[in-house]
Amino acid sequence: MLEITNVHKTFFAGTVNERAALQDINLSLAAGEFVTVIGSNGAGKSTILNITSGKLRPDTGTVTIDGTDVTRLADYSRARFIGRVFQDPMAGTSPDMTIEQNLAIAYERGKNRGLRPGVTRKKREFFQEELKSLELGLENRLKAKVGLLSGGQRQALSLLMATFSGPKILLLDEHTAALDPQRAELVSRLTAEVVERHGLTTLMVTHNMEQALRLGTRLIMMHEGRIILDLDQRQKEKTTVPDLLHEFEKIKGAALDDRTMLQ
Amino acid sequence: MIVAVELGLIYAIMALGVYLTFRILNFPDLTVDGSFTTGAAVASIMIINGAPPVLSTVAAFGAGLVAGWITGILHTKGKINGLLAGILTMIALYSINLRIMGKANLPLLREDTLITPLRDAGLLGTVGALIVFGLLALAVKFIIDWFLHTDLGLAMQATGDNEEMIRSFGVSTDRMKILGLALSNGLVALCGALIAQYQGFADIGMGIGLILAGLASVIIGQAIFGSRVIVVATLAVVLGSVLYRVVIQLALQAGLNPNDMKLISAVLVVIALVLPQWKVFRRIGGLSNMKKALSGTGARG
Repeated sequence: MLEITNVHKTFFAGTVNERAALQDINLSLAAGEFVTVIGSNGAGKSTILNITSGKLRPDTGTVTIDGTDVTRLADYSRARFIGRVFQDPMAGTSPDMTIEQNLAIAYERGKNRGLRPGVTRKKREFFQEELKSLELGLENRLKAKVGLLSGGQRQALSLLMATFSGPKILLLDEHTAALDPQRAELVSRLTAEVVERHGLTTLMVTHNMEQALRLGTRLIMMHEGRIILDLDQRQKEKTTVPDLLHEFEKIKGAALDDRTMLQ
Repeated sequence: MIVAVELGLIYAIMALGVYLTFRILNFPDLTVDGSFTTGAAVASIMIINGAPPVLSTVAAFGAGLVAGWITGILHTKGKINGLLAGILTMIALYSINLRIMGKANLPLLREDTLITPLRDAGLLGTVGALIVFGLLALAVKFIIDWFLHTDLGLAMQATGDNEEMIRSFGVSTDRMKILGLALSNGLVALCGALIAQYQGFADIGMGIGLILAGLASVIIGQAIFGSRVIVVATLAVVLGSVLYRVVIQLALQAGLNPNDMKLISAVLVVIALVLPQWKVFRRIGGLSNMKKALSGTGARG
């Protein structure tokens, strides 16, 4: 479903700040595979997501989604294949617009937007049904501005918006990191449910090792722009957080970031 | 005073155009000063050369679309700062407008215009004209309301609100900005064409400082009449435009020099922008709307 082949990406090439963010990355996701990505700061986790979403272009290498080479497509052009949830709960929704308007925008992902009404009665009923699955009572607040919602509610809504129009790939960029533990737990649970329900091919970056082990069908660990560990579902089930920490320790001089250590 | 309200209702079309860029796209577009005159110039020269007034006015709208489109291209494809892109188009339009007009002032006094039927019927300066111009302004308002609630319009709103989000749903924000700027300047040019026909001439300097009138209408209107939802916000813009013309009229009647009007407009806008930042005024409940209307992050609606 997703093929990342021989991808290199260097930031600030030719300057003293030159940094190889990705070095010869090869990653292949089968349809329905749910991969969690962990790694130290600057390991290239977010860069992988940004290369996939089109926010960044690789220096070399290709990105293919469901057989289509999207390497040269702008982010908005390949958005029809990709649902995204950002780390910042404010980033995935439009705060001045209502819940139903946000959903209407998401509903038209990648389609040609014309002069038909954005929100119709039929769509509204569909949105209500979908919102019920979040169990946050948002189905009764369709006309509320999204800016009024809490971070957790917004992130749950972002997750729904990213997934309910059936993307081929779901990209989650530390989407629970900015939430308090309770909300993070809620969004984690919703993530597992929605990925399961739609059978979504998912790439999730996280700082939380426990979450990385609990969610998903495969785990990769990155360091300095390379994939240094790739666990399939069977191996992943046998792995514990101390095991992962041990793997990290094996990397000489690897600076674990503070948030990872705290968990 | 009726004349001031008439003018306010016609200028409301321009103010609604400014609303599209300033509030919806969050883009202060200075093209307006040039495209207003462009609309007046195109309509006037066509009418003088015998074209039907309706066609001439539609052509003015088209010329405005092109002007806004150019600013949009400069900003998005040329990566030029938005303010500068607007200024560049505005300055360039000054020369173009002179080319279109051929001279600095084009009188329309003996020509048949869209306003002629009203004048012949003796409606100008009466409630009859207010109804006609009022319906016109409301028609434009309702078209904007409708447009902003279509799939395309929602995408445009989101472009001004959260670019990264709307791109992640497959919308080219560049295209939305170009479209919004074109529509906005189309309305501004349409307004210029109507004003030229209303006052009976087009003048190369008629657009100078117009952006201030537009901003003042939007800011004052939304401060007083609210902006929670779009249908209210656009109505507030129309009313704001009328209020602005009435205030100007009152200032003139009070004996102020017409040449000072630009200065007074500028001071008005500065006051409207600065006052709500002062604590004394923030505490006054009735002004909470104003704060929202003025802070870029507040309810944009």
